[in-house]
Amino acid sequence: MADEKIRFEAVSKRYGSLTVLDQLDLSIGAGEVVSIIGPSGSGKTTVLRCLMTLEPVDDGVIWIDGIPLNKELRSGALIEASPAHLRRMRTKLGMVFQNFNLFPHMTILQNCSEPPVYALGAKPTEARSRAVDLLKMVGMESKQDHYPAQLSGGQQQRAAIARTLAMQPEILVFDEPTSALDPETIGEVTEVIRALATKHSYTMLLVTHQIDFARDISDRICFFDKGRIVEQGPPDAVIDSPKETRTQQFLRKVAKAR
Amino acid sequence: MTPRPTAMLIPIAFLGGLYFAVFSNVASFLPALLNGLTVTIQVAIPSAILAYAISVAAGLGRLSRNAAVRLMSGAYVEIFRGVSLLVILFWLFFVLPEFGLTLSPYVAALLGISLNAGAYGAEIIRGAVQAVPRGQYEACVTLNMPGWRKYSRIILPQALIIAVPALTNMTIELLKGTALVSAVTLVDVTAAGVRQNQLTYRTIEIFSVLALIYFCLSQVVRFAGALLETGFNRHLRTGRS
Ligand SMILES: Nc1ncnc2c1ncn2[C@@H]1O[C@H](COP(=O)(O)OP(=O)(O)OP(=O)(O)O)[C@@H](O)[C@H]1O
Ligand SMILES: [Mg+2]
Repeated sequence: MADEKIRFEAVSKRYGSLTVLDQLDLSIGAGEVVSIIGPSGSGKTTVLRCLMTLEPVDDGVIWIDGIPLNKELRSGALIEASPAHLRRMRTKLGMVFQNFNLFPHMTILQNCSEPPVYALGAKPTEARSRAVDLLKMVGMESKQDHYPAQLSGGQQQRAAIARTLAMQPEILVFDEPTSALDPETIGEVTEVIRALATKHSYTMLLVTHQIDFARDISDRICFFDKGRIVEQGPPDAVIDSPKETRTQQFLRKVAKAR
Repeated sequence: MTPRPTAMLIPIAFLGGLYFAVFSNVASFLPALLNGLTVTIQVAIPSAILAYAISVAAGLGRLSRNAAVRLMSGAYVEIFRGVSLLVILFWLFFVLPEFGLTLSPYVAALLGISLNAGAYGAEIIRGAVQAVPRGQYEACVTLNMPGWRKYSRIILPQALIIAVPALTNMTIELLKGTALVSAVTLVDVTAAGVRQNQLTYRTIEIFSVLALIYFCLSQVVRFAGALLETGFNRHLRTGRS
């Protein structure tokens, strides 16, 4: 494996008495594409939200490029990260949401060109031309002056991917990016994600219920259950010949549903 | 827009106007009434603008992370929502001078009305900001939007769209509330009507015209609100994402 990009070290997350992540250890290499699969409620979304600093972690440390994310090193001790530290660390991270979360009062182009201006201090003209390029890359250049509500789900999700890329992240996080889509528009989004996984050097962490798609694009599959990784490894190992009974049960259930 | 039943009021108003022009001695009281109307508008428009600004400030204040700001905004809302506008006006005009602060009738009216309406508006804005979907805030976090940009560019524009109907209502209430400014010696359209009634005894005509004037002003506000709403919602299916 190449250099380590992300490391979860004994990360726990609780909601009241419910332990959602239980001493999670997970290491992801630079440029690696990792898919997380598992039953509903197993904590898949929570892993991504903790990484994106959308949820505070109760125990443990998340490291990015060897720098603690949820903690900060101050005179030799790890203390809770300050908002400024979180802001710095987040510049490496980009997230694509299940519900897109585009800004509905802004055109697709504004959605993609304004955040870099506000958050990174980019020049408006440069941010604009970068946004145009990215929209071209996801096949949305003809829709750049449309508002999100005027677009199909698949188009919105592609625009949302362009908006995430406009922030020039190194790590891309996807939470069920095709779950809110009509079946006929899923393909256009998975094609964009596939291109990101194969033609670019992003480190990617993907939660999905599309097992075939995950097998196609991933270097590694992690099967989650009850806040822990039950089994992980190359796609053919985990998906085609799972060792753990819980993985076998889950894959059988998913196969039946298809 | 589909035709509304209120459109019927236009011919009715026309016929009413015809009646007045022919049978009542309009010239005897109308000029005084129109002078009063000017005062009403001069009070209402700046008060409304000030009330919107107060609404946004106090509404966001109630959601502030700073406990002191939250407390102050909350106290403001409770006090100015809980005290009668007439009493607020009396305080500004008659009580403050006792403490050495004398306000002109106009300033007292403007402050009293906008502080009163702003207390309602703050609650409207607070509710609207809270109604912006959580995903919008989360997108702002993951895109590293600086706090004030997050509000000025993402959250507030969406909250204001949500708030337009309620703010229209508030503005109509504010407009009607200006009828109380005679308490601080201003001669608004209502005060002018009362005075003309004492002079001319054209009671039915004067108070009919007065009612019609308030009704028309309210319709202007309502129409402006509807225009804003359709303008804003052009690109939006509300409740989306
Ligand atoms: N804010 C919250 N407050 C309380 N409980 C929560 C909260 N968020 C998530 N949970 C609980 O944590 C558990 C894990 O949630 P999570 O969203 O990570 O599951 P998931 O694996 O993504 O499931 P799904 O496949 O349905 O998306 C669930 O039992 C959920 O009910
Ligand atoms: Mg989930």
